[in-house]
Amino acid sequence: MSRYTPATAEDRRRMLEYIGVGSIDDLYSGIPAGVRQKDLPDIPKALSEPEVIRDLRELAGANRNIDDLPCFLGAGIYDHFIPAAVDSIISRGEFTTCYTPYQPEVSQGTLQAIFQYQTMVCELTGMEVSNASMYDGASATAEAAVLAASATKRKKILWGRNVNPQTREVLRTYCWSRSLEHGEVPAAGGTIDREALDGALSAGDAAALVVQSPSFFGTVEDIKALAEKVHGAGAILVVVTDLLALGTLEAPGVLGADIVVGDGQTVGNPASFGGPAFGFIAVNKPLMRKMPGRICGQTVDSRGRRAFVLTLQAREQHIRREKATSNICSNQNLCIVAASVYLSLLGPQGLAEVGGQVMAKMEYALGRLEKSGKFRRAFPGVPCFREAVLLSERPVKELNRRLLDAGIIGGYPLEPLYPELENGWLLAVTENRTKQEIDRLVAVAGGDA
Amino acid sequence: MTRRMETVFEASRPGRKGYALPELDVPAVDCRAALGKACRGKPPRLPEMAEVDVVRHFTRLSKLNYSVDEGFYPLGSCTMKYNPKVNEAAARMPGFAHLHPLQPEETAQGAMKLLFDLGAMLAEITGMDAVTLQPAAGAHGEQTGLMLIKAWHESRGDAKRTKVIVPDSAHGTNPASAAVTGFETVEVASDDEGMVDLGSLEAILDDTVAALMLTNPNTLGIFEKHILELTEAVHRAGGLVYYDGANLNAIMGKARPGDMGFDVLHLNLHKTFGTPHGGGGPGAGPVGVKAELEPFLPSPVVTLKGGRYTFTGKDERPLSIGRVRSFYGNFGVLVKAYAYIRALGPEGLKEASEMSVLNANYLAKKLGGLYPLAHKGHCMHEFVLNGGPLKHETGVSTLDVAKAVIEAGFHPPTIYFPLIVPEAIMVEPTETESVETLDRFAEAMEDIVAKARSEGPEAFHGLPTTTPISRPDETTAARNPILRWQFEE
Repeated sequence: MSRYTPATAEDRRRMLEYIGVGSIDDLYSGIPAGVRQKDLPDIPKALSEPEVIRDLRELAGANRNIDDLPCFLGAGIYDHFIPAAVDSIISRGEFTTCYTPYQPEVSQGTLQAIFQYQTMVCELTGMEVSNASMYDGASATAEAAVLAASATKRKKILWGRNVNPQTREVLRTYCWSRSLEHGEVPAAGGTIDREALDGALSAGDAAALVVQSPSFFGTVEDIKALAEKVHGAGAILVVVTDLLALGTLEAPGVLGADIVVGDGQTVGNPASFGGPAFGFIAVNKPLMRKMPGRICGQTVDSRGRRAFVLTLQAREQHIRREKATSNICSNQNLCIVAASVYLSLLGPQGLAEVGGQVMAKMEYALGRLEKSGKFRRAFPGVPCFREAVLLSERPVKELNRRLLDAGIIGGYPLEPLYPELENGWLLAVTENRTKQEIDRLVAVAGGDA
Repeated sequence: MTRRMETVFEASRPGRKGYALPELDVPAVDCRAALGKACRGKPPRLPEMAEVDVVRHFTRLSKLNYSVDEGFYPLGSCTMKYNPKVNEAAARMPGFAHLHPLQPEETAQGAMKLLFDLGAMLAEITGMDAVTLQPAAGAHGEQTGLMLIKAWHESRGDAKRTKVIVPDSAHGTNPASAAVTGFETVEVASDDEGMVDLGSLEAILDDTVAALMLTNPNTLGIFEKHILELTEAVHRAGGLVYYDGANLNAIMGKARPGDMGFDVLHLNLHKTFGTPHGGGGPGAGPVGVKAELEPFLPSPVVTLKGGRYTFTGKDERPLSIGRVRSFYGNFGVLVKAYAYIRALGPEGLKEASEMSVLNANYLAKKLGGLYPLAHKGHCMHEFVLNGGPLKHETGVSTLDVAKAVIEAGFHPPTIYFPLIVPEAIMVEPTETESVETLDRFAEAMEDIVAKARSEGPEAFHGLPTTTPISRPDETTAARNPILRWQFEE
């Protein structure tokens, strides 16, 4: 018997007797003989718990993790500190092992956590309505594009070349599957090329412009100016951003964004080889009933007490079936509980302090690397957050090899995807990097050997 | 504890915080000067709380939830089995949790081996040839699977295949996923056992059909006895067959979708493979395909070349549909599913399925005296009760029954699904429940039906009474949506 099934041999015998069959195989008699199968020969034999731990430790040990190697790599996933209280809370079985809160009487914990999360996302983004979360930032962006197409009844999605390449790949996949057209607006000086954008919008057929700020290059876009252009062309402005950065950067909602999306890994979720974390999406009231995913709302119970429920269910796929505009019917709930614990611990001041340290350490690292004479900033004078593009004197591949040999994970090599940025190196510096680590990075990367 | 639960916004006090940063060890930067007008004006109104207050708040919130760790959760179609704790410990190992997805491949060989091996084991269990682990959830997997079908037909220049056939008993996600990948849904009627009628299917099969989507066992908990004929008929008409893996828990080691003629499938690791639901996610929805569709799978894929694992991207896989999310999927969830499969082994997986079926049949027989069962003979891992007659006789609806189940200390079964059974009550006990638990649940159901007969619906309308809230007013919630905390200005 496996340790996860309580039935004893005697239990089974009694149960079979009660049902009135001789064996469990009799219960499978409905499976036609042609498809019956005996075994799973290629599955390795069962392991006891100590053996499971040993096997997984061996696999985990074959990796070198970012606790051991100071990480200057970002490109979508960032090494921010996570207070121990976050994991302590999300390890609770009451949060981990419950289902979607369809029965509100026994799910108020999950529901109130969602309601609070929605409020935090609204506060950070400056938008009126947030849903309960999406799969990740990239797919949330694609869903935002689809929403924009549906709201404008137009079929063309534009995005900036400085949007995260993986997000653009997901956008391409979703556009293809929904028969939407798309176009890429080039970047100039690290931010979206305004003249090229004017050209792309002039046809008047764009449903949306997707812009990322901080962009993939770390640069901060002028959202307000972009919003004016995009709205002038009757299109929707989708801003991809980062919740941690919004403790420091102006809220996109204040600047005219229509849909704000992004990945929530930075607030309380570990890197975990890229997942799970969550995507967020927030809109203003006109788009509220078109927003994909689930939403939690406040109401009262039959005795007049405050209560929370999943609401606006008419939008949800399980009702709409073939009329659905999105098929999302879950949220990354445990990851948003982590985010709300993180944001509650930090508060507005803590988040601003983290942002301030990120800015200071970034600037220190860039200054020191520039001074080594081996690097120059690709986009001098353009404000950046947490990440910036450096142009290296020597090939990035060789540079990262040297760093890895010295026990440091270097920046992201840009040239394979952006040939226009020769020896381009995307360097991320979070509050987790110490001066000592930065100095060591500079010594190795800026050294002559 | 009936104390009113305040929100974090009500608990907030200016000046409190729950986290201190190390002292800044480099020169400070004036953010306002550096960012100019991009600098934030008004700070976000996030809660200001001490660590102890944050921990107590969320601990108290957690206690308002019912969970598998607390008790029986017989939600049909959701497979709420016990989630082993060692899997949680595994996913939290720093060698997994603290890996950057873009760090050099040579420093992530263990994680890549895990992805490779998990894909291979899922292929073996399902009888498919290749698996992508990228989709983040079951519905995401369905969407990905249908994209693969679309790409496959397109690659053959077969552009007129715009229809996807879905049984009327299907999960709501099936037609929704078809709609969002640009297909038109055609419903095929099921017979009184929820099985697809071969004649009705053949009547709507033509050269505009891209695929048939099926779950097997079906949503009434019955194995499609003509499965081979059904898949053959679709193939003959030039279509593909999609397997919704929601109900795989019944048949591991007993029958494989790949052997039944399915071409594409998705799995819900958070159902069959023991990873926790987390109150709605994160899950994982891997997609398996037959060899013919492998070139279309999302990129990147992990390949083994000369003893080293590498990620192969779209540049080397021209037919790939591209990405459906960033990186490689919900890796932390994949670690848990891997640990689960390794713990059970081939015999344990088979036993899990067998026990899920034995438990379901035992409970079905116990409850079959109270309600008409929607199936004849034996069921697989779940069964559906018809709540129509009880409602007709007593006025007590399935919703009332569900609330009474809560009052009795259990999570209710899935209700009002599948749509083809009136007042449906869908029960899936799973293999991880003991016979004593099943007996206690059956007794509770007997008491509820007796109460319905003796006291009528009025006795139910105040239920539940023992929960943190009583029945909420959902109509007002939808009519006048309050979707965020309203601060006093």
